[in-house]
Amino acid sequence: MERPLTEHIKKDGTALTLKEYEAVGGYQGLRAALKMTPAEVMGVVKDSKLRGRGGAGFPTGLKWSFVPMGDDVPQPKYLVANGDEMEPGTFKDRLLIERNPHQLIEGMIISAYAIGASMSYIFLRWAYHEAANRVLLALDEAYRAGYLGKDILGSGFELEMDLHTSVGRYICGEETALLNALEGKRANPRNKPPFPQVSGLFGKPTIVNNVETYCNVPHILAKGAQWYISISKSEGGGGTKLYGASGRVKNPAIWELPLGTTLGEIIEEHAGGMLDGYKLRGLLPGGASTDFLTPDHMNIKMDFEEVGKAGSRMGTGTIIVLDDKTCPVGMCLNLEQFFAQESCGWCTPCREGLPWTAKILLALEEGRGKPEDIDHLTFQTHYNAPGNTFCALAPGAMEPLQSALKYFREDFDEHIHNHSCKYHRH
Amino acid sequence: MATEQVISDEARKEIEALFHHLPKKQAACIDALKIVQKHNRWVSDQALVELGPILEMTPHEIDSIATFYNIIFRKPVGRHVIFLCNSVSCWIMGYEGIRNALKEKLQIDFGMTTKDDRFTFLPIPCLGNCDHAPSMIVDEDLYEDLTPEILDEILAKYE
Repeated sequence: MERPLTEHIKKDGTALTLKEYEAVGGYQGLRAALKMTPAEVMGVVKDSKLRGRGGAGFPTGLKWSFVPMGDDVPQPKYLVANGDEMEPGTFKDRLLIERNPHQLIEGMIISAYAIGASMSYIFLRWAYHEAANRVLLALDEAYRAGYLGKDILGSGFELEMDLHTSVGRYICGEETALLNALEGKRANPRNKPPFPQVSGLFGKPTIVNNVETYCNVPHILAKGAQWYISISKSEGGGGTKLYGASGRVKNPAIWELPLGTTLGEIIEEHAGGMLDGYKLRGLLPGGASTDFLTPDHMNIKMDFEEVGKAGSRMGTGTIIVLDDKTCPVGMCLNLEQFFAQESCGWCTPCREGLPWTAKILLALEEGRGKPEDIDHLTFQTHYNAPGNTFCALAPGAMEPLQSALKYFREDFDEHIHNHSCKYHRH
Repeated sequence: MATEQVISDEARKEIEALFHHLPKKQAACIDALKIVQKHNRWVSDQALVELGPILEMTPHEIDSIATFYNIIFRKPVGRHVIFLCNSVSCWIMGYEGIRNALKEKLQIDFGMTTKDDRFTFLPIPCLGNCDHAPSMIVDEDLYEDLTPEILDEILAKYE
C-alpha cells in the first residue's frame, strides 16, 4: 500500500531536514513542475482528481482555474495554506507540518507556480508551537537552497513565503475569515461572491487550500495523475487520505490509507477496535461538525460520496468515537457549547441560536428538560440550516445534533422523563 | 498628569519592523498585539492608546480586534497560563476529572489567577492532540494523556 505523504516520516518524532527530504525524492515534484507551463501543472492536478482535504472536498484544480491568469491581471496574487486545524477531534495537519514541513512548502511552491502567485502564507493556529518552530527552520532552509525567493532553481519564477501564527478562534478556519485575520482584522467571514480566487487577500486573487491538500501536490507532479488515481479506492477522488480516530478505541492515531477505505477497516484494523469494556455506539466521521453514523455504517467507504449518501460528511476524515458509557446528549452539549462560544457573532441565527441550543441541552443534562425541548432543538436544526446563516459554522454545528436526535432519540427522551442523566461521568 | 509608557522602545521597534512587507499598517494589528503581550504578558488600555498612532488606528478599533481573539489577554494574567482542552475528544477521555483536580490544586476556577500570580487557568478549544486526550498546554508546552496523578509533577516545573 502506498503512503506518499507519510512514508518518510521519522519514527523519532523529529522533522525531516532539507537534506533528508531531498534524499527521499523531495523537491523533485517542483523540478518537474518548473519544466511545465503553469497551465500544464494545473491540468495535471485537475486530472489527478485531487479534492480539498479541509472538509468540503472541492476539486483543487477546478478551484485554481478561477484565478485570473495572464499579464493584465491584479498583482500580487496570493497563496495561503490553511493550517488553522481547529475542528474538534482533528489532528492530521499537525502531523504533516511537524514531521515533514518541506513537503508542505514544496506543495505550496508548485501550487503558487500554477496560479502565478508571488506571495504566500502558512496560516497556523497558535497552539501548534512546535509546528511553528519547525516551519520557520524549514523556510530558512528552503530560502538558502534557492527553493524560495527570486528566480527559483533558475526558472525565473519568484515566490516569497511567510508564517502567520493566529491568536485563536475556530472561525479563522473559514477561508474568507482567515483572510480577514491575515489582514489584521476580526475574523468575520466575508460575503461571497466575489470569491477569494478573484478578490481575496487585500483584494487580490488568492487561493486558500488545506495543509493536507498541498502535501499531495509534490507527489502528483513527481509521479503523475494516473498513478495518483490508481492509489485511491474511491470513484470520486484520487490519492490517499489521512484518517484518524479518537475516543475510547485501543489505538487512537492517524493513518494514511487509500481514499475510500471503509469505516469498519479504519475502526477495527487500524484503531484496533474499542477498549475492553466499551461498545461502539456511534461516531462523527470527520470532526465535530459532521453527522453521527452508527455501527450499521461500518461497510461504507470513507470518501466524499458514500459518507454523503449515508447522511453525513467525510469532513476532515478524523473520526470521533462515541462509546456506550458516554452520554450522547452530554456529547451534543459539549459540541454545541463549543460552537456557541466560537460563533463570530456576525449573523443572528448563529449568534442567538447556538447559545439557545446549548442552554436547552444543559437543562436536559441537569434534569431540567421538558418534553417541548425536543421541538425547540429540532427547530434550531432548521433555523440554522444552510442558507439561513452567513457561513457554514452554524449549519455544521447542527449536523451532530440533528443526527443525534435521529439515532439517540431515546436518550433525549429518558433525560426528560427521568429528570436526570443516567451516565455517570468520570 | 503624565502616564507611564507601557510599550517599550524595543516592542515598538519590533512592531514597526512588521510594516515593510504589508500594504497598510493596520494589517499588522494582530501581530502588534502579540508583540505587546509577549513583552507585557497582557494588553492594557494604556497599551491600546499607545498602539493607536503606531498602527494609525483608534484605540477602539484596536480593542475590537483584541477582544475578538481569545489568546489576546485584555486582563492581567499570571506568570504561567494553563490552557486545558475542553473539546469533545478530551471530554470523552476524562477532561472533567482533570479540570476538577486542577481547580482543587490551584484553588481557583476557570478565568482566575492564583493569589501568588503563578498560574492563570483557562479552558481552551481542541488542541489538535486528540489521540493523546486529555491534553493541556502550559505556556507553550504541551502535556498529554493526563491523569490527576501526574498534575503535581507538571505544575512543579513552573515557578
